[in-house]
Amino acid sequence: MVIYKNFKGGFMPPVKLYTLSTCSHCKNTKQFLNSLGVAYDYIDVDLLQGQERTDIIEEVKKYNPNTSFPTILIGNRIIVGFKENEIRGALGL
Amino acid sequence: MNEQELYDLLKKAQEPKGYFFNKDRERVTDLLQALLLNKDRYGYMCCPCRLASGDRKLDQDIICPCAYRTQDVEEFGSCYCNLYVSKAWNETEGPHPYVPERRPQTRLPY
Repeated sequence: MVIYKNFKGGFMPPVKLYTLSTCSHCKNTKQFLNSLGVAYDYIDVDLLQGQERTDIIEEVKKYNPNTSFPTILIGNRIIVGFKENEIRGALGL
Repeated sequence: MNEQELYDLLKKAQEPKGYFFNKDRERVTDLLQALLLNKDRYGYMCCPCRLASGDRKLDQDIICPCAYRTQDVEEFGSCYCNLYVSKAWNETEGPHPYVPERRPQTRLPY
């Protein structure tokens, strides 16, 4: 397992985003994480097709029954929407 | 239709109804380009901030301007995407509160 350290020397939890390629809040979230130098994985769900799309939508639903975007996983925390303060808090920044 | 033409068309149609484009022109450009992209993809301008099903009937409530815009602008001063806002919202310095998803889960086609 890769362990990232944050700016304060603490351990950075893994970050995963479920996003849409067209969504302004999703773009802002990616830009915000980039500006913090935080590594993350993301999936643009609107670009998926077939079974992969169905499977990923089910995955998003588990974390966020509204299936809205971005759905952000930071360690065990689930954040729905681009909420800067919550993201910072979950990252320990 | 290009982004500028769409901008001009919608501005003329929506401002008299009290719906103004976000003063952040870059964000508006991004969103209008996304609407044009969705028009190419699906045949209609589905909300760029929501996952389209590709079935016009099922997506009817999220075709821009979506069925939730009126309530969202009334309550939060902005639609879900921050494309359309009230005059007051544009005149207030941010950060503005996040507009939560109003679309009920029962309307989700997936």
